[in-house]
Amino acid sequence: MDFSFTEDQQMIVDAVRELGEEELAPRASEIAERGEFPWENVELLREMDLCGVPVPEDYGGLDMGFLTWGVVGELLSYYCSTTGAIFGAHMLAQYPIMQFGTEEQKQKYLVPLTTGESIGAFGLTEPNAGSDAGAVATRADLKGDKYILNGTKVFISNGGEAEVYVIIANIDPSKGTRGQTAFIVEKGMPGFEFGKDEKKMGWDALPNRELIFQDCEVPVENVLYRTGRGFRVAMETLGIGRLGMAVGAVGLAQAAFDAAIVYAQQREQFGQRISEFQAIQFKLADMATGIEASRLLYQRAAWLKDQGEKYEKLAAMAKVYSSEMVSRVTSDAVQIHGGVGYTRDFPVERYMREAKLFEIVEGTSEIQRGIIANRVLREHRI
Amino acid sequence: MNIIVCIKQVPDTSEVQIDPETNTIVREGVPAIINPFDENAIEAAVQLVEEHGGTVTVISMGPPQAEDALREALAMGADEAILISDRCFAASDTLATSYVLSSAIRQIGDYDLILTGKQAFDGDTAQVPPGIAEHLGIPQVTFAIGLEVDGKALTVRRLLEDEFEVTQVEMPAVVSCVKQMNEPRRPGIKAKLAAKKKNVQVWDQTCMDVDACLCGLDGSPTRVVRTFAPTRNTEGTRFEGEPKETATAVIEALIDDKII
Repeated sequence: MDFSFTEDQQMIVDAVRELGEEELAPRASEIAERGEFPWENVELLREMDLCGVPVPEDYGGLDMGFLTWGVVGELLSYYCSTTGAIFGAHMLAQYPIMQFGTEEQKQKYLVPLTTGESIGAFGLTEPNAGSDAGAVATRADLKGDKYILNGTKVFISNGGEAEVYVIIANIDPSKGTRGQTAFIVEKGMPGFEFGKDEKKMGWDALPNRELIFQDCEVPVENVLYRTGRGFRVAMETLGIGRLGMAVGAVGLAQAAFDAAIVYAQQREQFGQRISEFQAIQFKLADMATGIEASRLLYQRAAWLKDQGEKYEKLAAMAKVYSSEMVSRVTSDAVQIHGGVGYTRDFPVERYMREAKLFEIVEGTSEIQRGIIANRVLREHRI
Repeated sequence: MNIIVCIKQVPDTSEVQIDPETNTIVREGVPAIINPFDENAIEAAVQLVEEHGGTVTVISMGPPQAEDALREALAMGADEAILISDRCFAASDTLATSYVLSSAIRQIGDYDLILTGKQAFDGDTAQVPPGIAEHLGIPQVTFAIGLEVDGKALTVRRLLEDEFEVTQVEMPAVVSCVKQMNEPRRPGIKAKLAAKKKNVQVWDQTCMDVDACLCGLDGSPTRVVRTFAPTRNTEGTRFEGEPKETATAVIEALIDDKII
């Protein structure tokens, strides 16, 4: 067992830290406030070759696995949560194409996603298919050598800005999930429009948009994997998505903790630094412990994935644990800051608003617990 | 064209700390970086080669850990790197350093242009680039902000205190670069990984034709008698009020102190 980074990983960590300190952190609050997609940061990810960390070198990636991808994602989220989220959502188009795409699809879509020439997004969720991902109502009907897509996706991260979308639609609703099929859809294909960009509690610079398909023609060669196997594509993609959420939660929590522990040692009340009060110390101790435990969980899940082993249970554990942890930690960070923590002069109020999202997206905490319970009961059947 | 860039590894002293006991810069725990002005020189070299073809060779005289700075330069686009490292080069002043560097440059031989940063971040002498030119007997242009190559002619735009000066020299020449010359590129991860695998040659005194008496402490006429941290002045004077009146007050104060 070895918990240390390899030399190459350490080099990437150092490079991302430098990028974060010099470029991402100074603008993070301004980006969130401005509420516009931070293309300047995407450009930096491109320049730094960070758009395809686990993608094989043949397709332009670094071929360094999901553990390294996770570590990079954590750091990006630490310095600029929005950039971390874009980085994570991008993988949700990249991963299924890498995993299930044909060679032609990989050349056409995976390569530009990996060089960062295109940004990716993943469309599963619908107004009536949230936790119940099997209830996808978007239809895909075969007509000649094209599928005609009709339906609406909602809350799609990177929606509107991304060029490449992996979309789950149903070719035969009578078959339920066995009718689900994944399609690669390009921005600009006729009949593919963008609708409402959600106004949210936080994450103003991260688009969560409606994707509207109205007789959208998608060539049959854009079917990803096999027809009727879209649910599997979706589930495998969500596994990576959960990992990505855990990674983002740890990065955000670390940012909140770092802000709180500095403030606690500067702020004086009753003639001493508030870090000298046990009430504050215990908070800091619990925050640090939660972050460390969450980090180990996502790193172990990612490590299992990189070993080619089953990692879904660990990814679900990492997701639920770290998302609830980040809500607590960011809330405690605001509490430690007191009144100023509630103002927009300090970033912790934003962290707290952003944190709640982690408990909801990529499978709610309830769904994660369902997955974990299902697995552990199966493992311990008597 | 073949360009040699001379770089120095320096402590990242954006927050310089002086040990009050020994009056030396605290180096412990301070990361080492490429001297920032040297990054401008590397960037200029890489851009020139991108435009005109050729190679960029980056050299550094220093301890073994200076290899990190050379690898960073390779990641930025330099083709080759040579670390000039020998115990007998230690404690060289600017005269001895420029002698050793010029000897290495002679050894490399085939060069059209030598680029350096305008000065090192730690010593701030700006003496090494002119020293190299003198040792090699070739023209020198300091404080360059722009370079243009046309055959053997090199047009240099110099950044002076209140003006620019445009001058032309015949290559080979030594040119020192200022910060405003360009924005050094941030190498991507792929370039960094590739640079890790590249060979960094290490040259000791036997690799070059050098006279040991002109290197290191023996070759350094500079004697450091004493170093000290500048004493920190107490409170400055604060001028407050309407801008017009404040400006007048400042001018009067400066006149009183015989500064203007």
